Amino acid sequence: MEEIIQGFIEAVRLIASGDPGLVAIIVLSLRVSGIALLFSTMAGIPVGSLLGLSRFPGRKLVIALLYTGMGFPPVVVGLFVYLALSRNGPIGQIGWDALPALFTPGAMIVAQTIIAFPLVAGFTMAAVMGVDPNLRRQVRALGATRAQTVWTILSEARLGVVVSIIAGFGSIISEVGAVMLVGGNIEHRTRVLTTAIVLETRKGNFDLAMALGIILLALSFLANAAMLRLQGKTFDE
Amino acid sequence: MSEPIYQLDQVAKAYEGRQVLSIKHLAVQQGEILAVVGPSGAGKSTLLRLLNFLEPPSSGVIRFMGVRFGAAGSVPLSLRRRVTTVFQRPVLLNRNVQANVAYGLRLRRQQRGNALVEAALQQVGLEAMARQHARTLSGGEAQRVALARAMVLHPDVLLLDEPTANLDPYNVRLIEEIVCQLNREQSTTVVLVTHNVFQARRLAHRVMLLLEGQLIEVADTTTFFESPEDSRTRSFVCGELVY
Ligand SMILES: Nc1ncnc2c1ncn2[C@@H]1O[C@H](COP(=O)(O)OP(=O)(O)O)[C@@H](O)[C@H]1O
Ligand SMILES: [Mg+2]
Repeated sequence: MEEIIQGFIEAVRLIASGDPGLVAIIVLSLRVSGIALLFSTMAGIPVGSLLGLSRFPGRKLVIALLYTGMGFPPVVVGLFVYLALSRNGPIGQIGWDALPALFTPGAMIVAQTIIAFPLVAGFTMAAVMGVDPNLRRQVRALGATRAQTVWTILSEARLGVVVSIIAGFGSIISEVGAVMLVGGNIEHRTRVLTTAIVLETRKGNFDLAMALGIILLALSFLANAAMLRLQGKTFDE
Repeated sequence: MSEPIYQLDQVAKAYEGRQVLSIKHLAVQQGEILAVVGPSGAGKSTLLRLLNFLEPPSSGVIRFMGVRFGAAGSVPLSLRRRVTTVFQRPVLLNRNVQANVAYGLRLRRQQRGNALVEAALQQVGLEAMARQHARTLSGGEAQRVALARAMVLHPDVLLLDEPTANLDPYNVRLIEEIVCQLNREQSTTVVLVTHNVFQARRLAHRVMLLLEGQLIEVADTTTFFESPEDSRTRSFVCGELVY
C-alpha cells in the first residue's frame, strides 16, 4: 500500500516537473503504439470485414489462424521479428535502408503491428457478423454499391469496430516482451513506458516504477476514452 | 398499352440444384399494381429478389426498361436504383428516423435531400418523429419509416414483400392508402406480394398466382377472383376466402 501511495505522489511530482527524459519515454510509447495501431487498423478492418461478410474457400482456415494470432504470446512475435530483422535474417539480409533495423523504433512498430493486427481483424469480423443479415439485402435494395454496403455494415457495427481498435491498442501499449527484444530498451532511443518499468523495478526504484505504471494506466484510459468519443462523433447523425 | 417495364422469359431460379421458381413468361406493365399471391414457399420473395436484381436468375432473361439481365449479367447501378423493396420485417439502421429516410438519398449523393425527407415523412404521418431513434418505434411506425425510405427515392418500381403481414388494421389501412396514392399520383409500378387475398383485391389491377414456383394464372383482378381460368386459382381463392 505504501508503495502505491508513494508511487502516486511520485507520479504527480514527475508529471508536474515535466522531466524531459520522462516526456521522451511517453512520446515514444505513444508514437510507436500509435503508428502500429494505425497500420494494424488499416489492415485489420478490411480483413475482418472480408472474413465476416464473404464466403470463399480457405476462409475457415484463415479464421482459425486469426484466432490463434489473437492469443499468440507477444514475446514470440518479438522473437520472430528479431530473427527476421537480424543481419542474417530473411529481411535483414536484403539490407535496404528503408527497412527497419533491430533496436530502432521501426522494429518495435513492426512487432506491435503484428501483435495488434489479429485482434483488430478478429473483433471486427465478430462485430460485422453480429449485424442483422437482412440489413445487407435491404441496403442493396435501396441502391447501395458493394463499397457502400460494407461501409453501412461497419457503421452499424461501429461499437464493435471501435472495441476492436481499443483491444488492439491495449495489447500493444501494455506489451513488454516484444519491444524489449526488438527494441532493446536503449535509453533515449527505444525505451518505452513498459520497458522503463521493468528496468526501474529491477533497480529497486519502486516509486519511479509505480509512477510510470500509473502514467501508463492514465494514458491508456485517456486513449480509450478518446476513441469512444470519436466513435460517437464520426457515425452519429 | 405501352411497353412493359419488366419482361421475364424462361426465368428460373434454383438453390443448390433445387428449382424454386420457374416462370415461362411474365410482363409487368408500366404503372400497374400487380399482386402476387400464393402459399408460403411458393417463390414469391424469390421473384421479388430477382426483380430488384439482388440475385441473378439461374437461367432465362429479365428485361427491365429494355435492358437484359441474365444469369451472368449485372445491371448498371443507375438502372438498379430505379427499383427498391420494402420487406415484411422493416430493417432500420441504428440511427434516427430522419437519417433512415435520408439513407437512400445519401447513397445517391442527392442534394435537396432534407425537403424530400420531410415530404416523405409527412406522407407516412411521422413528421413529428423525425428526431426519434429508430430503436424506439412500434412495428407499424417502423414499417412506415421503411416505406418513406423507399418512397423518398421516387422509384419507378416499388416492390412490397408482405409489407403489412405483421401490422394492426390501422397501419395496414394507412400503408394501403399510401401505396395507392403513390401509384395514382406518380404512376409508380408496384409489385405487391401478399398472402392476404382481400388485400390483393383491394389494391391490385392484376393478380397472379404462384404455386411451387410456377405461374398458374395472371389476370385482371375481377377476372382473377370472379371467373378464373385455372381451377387451382379458384380453389386457392376460395380456400383463402374461407379463412
Ligand atoms: N437463399 C436460399 N437458399 C436456399 N433456398 C432458398 C433460399 N431462398 C429461398 N429458398 C427456398 O425457396 C423456396 C421459395 O422461397 P420464397 O421465395 O421465400 O417463398 P415465399 O416468399 O413464397 O414464401 C422455399 O422453399 C425456400 O426454402
Ligand atoms: Mg416470402
